[in-house]
Amino acid sequence: MTLDYETLKVIWWLFIGILFIGFAIMDGFDLGIGTLLPFIGKTDEERRVLLNVVGPTWEGNQVWFVTAGGALFAAWPQVYATAFSGFYFALLLILFALFFRPVGFDYRSKLPDPRWRNAWDWGLFIGGMVPALVFGIAFGNLLQGVPFHFDTDLRSYYTGSFWGLLNPFGILAGLISLSMLIMQGAIYLQLKTEGVIAERSKKAIFWSGIIFLILFLLAGLWLAYGIDGYRIVSMGKLDAAPNPLGKIVQTETGAWMDNYSYFSWLFMVPMMAIIMTIFTMLLSRLNKPGLGFITSSLTVTGVILTAGISMYPFILPSSSSPNSSLTIWDSSSSYMTLKALFWSTVVFLPIVIMYTSWVYRVLRGKVTVKKIRENTHTAY
Amino acid sequence: MISEEVVDLSRLQFAITALYHFLFVPLTLGLSFILAIMESSYVMTGKQIYKDMTRFWGKLFGINFALGVTTGLTLEFQFGTNWAYYSHYVGDIFGVPLALEGLVAFFLESTLIGLFFFGWDRLTRVQHLACTWLLALASNMSALMILIANGWMQNPIGAEFNYETMRMEVSSFSEVIFNPVAQVKFVHTVAAGYCTGAMFVLGISSYYLLNRRDQAFAIRSFAIAAAFGFAGVMSVIVLGDESGYTAGEVQKVKLAAVEAEWETVEPPAAFTIFGLPDQEKMITEHAIKVPWLLGLIGTRSIEHPIIGIKDILEANEQKIRDGMVAYGLLQQLKSGQKDDNTKAQFERHKKDLGYGLLLKKYTDNVVDATEEQIQLAKKDTVPKVAPLFWVFRIMVASGFTMLLIFGIAFYASSTQKVMQYRWLLWAALYAIPLPWIACEMGWIVAEYGRQPWTISGILPTHLSVSTRTSGDLFLSLAGFIGFYTLLFIVEMFLMFKYARLGPSALHTGRYYFEKIGGSA
Repeated sequence: MTLDYETLKVIWWLFIGILFIGFAIMDGFDLGIGTLLPFIGKTDEERRVLLNVVGPTWEGNQVWFVTAGGALFAAWPQVYATAFSGFYFALLLILFALFFRPVGFDYRSKLPDPRWRNAWDWGLFIGGMVPALVFGIAFGNLLQGVPFHFDTDLRSYYTGSFWGLLNPFGILAGLISLSMLIMQGAIYLQLKTEGVIAERSKKAIFWSGIIFLILFLLAGLWLAYGIDGYRIVSMGKLDAAPNPLGKIVQTETGAWMDNYSYFSWLFMVPMMAIIMTIFTMLLSRLNKPGLGFITSSLTVTGVILTAGISMYPFILPSSSSPNSSLTIWDSSSSYMTLKALFWSTVVFLPIVIMYTSWVYRVLRGKVTVKKIRENTHTAY
Repeated sequence: MISEEVVDLSRLQFAITALYHFLFVPLTLGLSFILAIMESSYVMTGKQIYKDMTRFWGKLFGINFALGVTTGLTLEFQFGTNWAYYSHYVGDIFGVPLALEGLVAFFLESTLIGLFFFGWDRLTRVQHLACTWLLALASNMSALMILIANGWMQNPIGAEFNYETMRMEVSSFSEVIFNPVAQVKFVHTVAAGYCTGAMFVLGISSYYLLNRRDQAFAIRSFAIAAAFGFAGVMSVIVLGDESGYTAGEVQKVKLAAVEAEWETVEPPAAFTIFGLPDQEKMITEHAIKVPWLLGLIGTRSIEHPIIGIKDILEANEQKIRDGMVAYGLLQQLKSGQKDDNTKAQFERHKKDLGYGLLLKKYTDNVVDATEEQIQLAKKDTVPKVAPLFWVFRIMVASGFTMLLIFGIAFYASSTQKVMQYRWLLWAALYAIPLPWIACEMGWIVAEYGRQPWTISGILPTHLSVSTRTSGDLFLSLAGFIGFYTLLFIVEMFLMFKYARLGPSALHTGRYYFEKIGGSA
C-alpha cells in the first residue's frame, strides 16, 4: 500500500477516530466517576476513595482530548475552525466544566472544612457530567447536520444557536453518551474498589447499561427512519486539493444507512456496542470487572464507530447549505502535513500507550478506605 | 465586513486567557527542574532532608500545575472558537506543532505527574527520580512545541499560499522546526521560567530564614535556587529574545518599535534608555541614549544597521501596492480564469498578498482602494510604539534586578554567609513577583508587537477572527474573567497557606510547627 493523498485522507479519518475513542475510553471513565461521585460516595472517606481511584491518572487521560483537539487542528483545519466556532457556547460549556477537575482533584482535600470539600465534589460532578452529556449532544447534531456555509474566501458562517443544539435527537444522543460513560466509570470503580462502593458501582452498571441499550436502539431506529442523511452526488477527484465548495450533496431520510447497506458486515459494529454492553452487565454481576472494563471499552468503541461509519465520508454535514458540508476528501490539510503527522503518530502513539500501561501497572491494586486513612495528608 | 468590536474583543479574550495561562507556565518550567535537582541530591546523598524538600516544593508545584492545566485547555481550543479563519488559513502548518505538543510532550508530562505525587512508595528511588526528570523535560518539550508554533507566527517560513485551497500550506517542515526565531524564543522563554522557579524558591526560603524556621531545610533550598536562578537569569539576558529580531521582516518592525527607532542611523545604533516616543511626529522626546548598545544587542555586530520605522513604512507602502495586484490576480483565479499567465503572475506577486489583505479593514474590494486607504493601511503596519517601548523597559529592568539578587544570593550561599545578609533575604522575598512581571511584559512585547498581524506579513489580525457577534464575545469574556478570577483567588489562598506552613505541611513530625505544637 502506498501512502498517496487519497489513502492518507482515509487514514486520518481512522486516526482522529482512534484519538476520540481513546479519549472516550480513558477519560470516559474519569467523567463517569465524576458523575457518580456524589451518589456512590456517601461519606467524605468514600468520596476520597473515588477521587483516588482516578486521581493519579486522570490528568494523562485528559491529554487524549487535548491531543485530539490538536490533531483536528492539524489534520482537518477547516473542521476544527467551523465546528468549534459554530459550537461556540457548547464547547465553552465543556471547557468550563472541565476547569473544575484539575483544581477539584488537587485542592479538595487540602482543607478539612466539609463545606469546602462538598463544594468541590459538586464541581467535580459538573466536570464529569456536563462534558459527557454535551459531547453526545454535539454528535447528535452532527448526525442531523449543522447550519453553516462558506463564502468564496472559505470563511465559515454558522447560522444556528446554542439552544438549537438542544433538540430531541441531540438530547437523546447526549443521554446515550452520558449513560455509556457512567457505565464505563462504574465498571472501573468496581475494578478498583471493594465493599460497599463496589456494590453500589454494580447497581450503577446495571441501570446505566439498561438505559444505554434502550436509548441506543431508539437512536438507531430514529436515524434509519426519521433523520435526513447526506449523500455525495458528484465531486472532483478524491486526491484533489481540498476545497469544500466543489461538490454536490443531496439529503434523504435513511441516507445515513448507505454504508451499512453497501457493506452489511458493518452492522457488526453497532451489534458489538449492544452485545458488549450486555457482556459488561453480566461480567459485573459475576464479579469480573477486569474483563468487564474491556467489554465496556468495546461498547464505547462501537458507539463512536457506529456514528462515524453512518456519516462516512462526511465529518460535518451542513443542513443549510449541503454542498458546503465538510468531508474527509475536502477538508483535510495538505499531503505533506498529513504524511508528517501520520509518521509522528505511528511512532509516538505506541510509546504513549506503552508508558501509560506501565503507569497503570505501577498503580495497580484496589483503593480502600483504610489506605485513604493511612495517607490522609497525601491522598486526594 | 468584520466588526472592529469583534476583533478587539477576540484579541482581548486571547490576551487575557494567554497572559493568565502564562502566570502558571513559567513556574512549572522552572520548578520542575528544581525538583529534579533536589531529588537528585536525595538519591545521591541519601539524606532525608532532600526528599522532604522535593515533596514540599512539589506540593506547591502541584497547586500551580493544576491551574496551568486548567488554563491551557482554553488555549488549545480558542484558535477554533475565536480565530476560525486563522485556523483554516494556517492550520496546515500551525496545527502541527500543537498536535505534536500533545503527542510528544504533554502526554508524558501529565501521565508522569501522577507518579510524581503517588509513586513514592511504589517505585524505587531511581525510578522515581527518572519520573521527575522526565516530567521536567516533558514540560520543557511542551514549551518548545508551542514556541515553534509561535515562532512561525512571527517569522512564517517554510510555507506557501495555495489559491485552490485558499490557505497557507507547508513547503518545508525543517524550516518550520528550525526557524531561528523559534529557537531563540525557546531558549529565552524556558530560561525565564527557570528564573521564575528559582525566585519563587529563593523568596519563600528567605521567608523561613527571616523567621528562623526550618533553617537547614530553607538554607539548602536557598542554595539550589540561587545557583539555578543565577544560571537562568544569565541565559535570559545573554540569550535575549532581541537577537531573533533581525530574522524576518516583521520582527524588524517590532525591534524598531520597541526601541522607538524612527530613523535608520549609521550603525551601530544607540540605545535609548529613557524617552517619550511620539508616533505622530515620529520623534522621541527627552531621549537619553547610550552609544552603540542597540546595534550590539540587535544585530550582534557593529556594521549592520537597524532599519528605522520611517524606512520600514516606505517599504511597506510598496508591498501594499504589490499586494493589491496579488489580490486582483487571486480574484481572477478564483473566478475560474486559470490560464498559465495569470498563475505565473500570481506566483510572482503572492508574497505580498498579506499586505493587500490589510486593506480589507477599509474596503472589501481591495483592488480599487483609494490613496487615503492605502495610507491608512501603511500606518497600520507599525504597532503602537509607546506601550511597547515602556513594556520592554519594565521587562529589562526586572531582569537586571533579578540578576543583582541572584548574583548576590549565589555569592552569599557559596560563602555560607546567607544569614548575615538580612537585607538580601528581605529583597528576595519581595522580589518574588519580579519574574512574573518580566514574563507577562515579555509576552506583550512579542505578541502586541506583532500587530497588525496574526501571521506576520501573511494574515492580518482583523481577518483572522470567527464570525461571532460582539454579544457572544462579551458573554464568553465575562465568563472567563469571572471563572478565572475565582480560581485565582482560591489558588493564591492555598499557595499562601502552604508556603507559610512550610515543610510542616508534610506531617513528618520533623518541622517547626509540629515540634512546638504551633498552628499555622
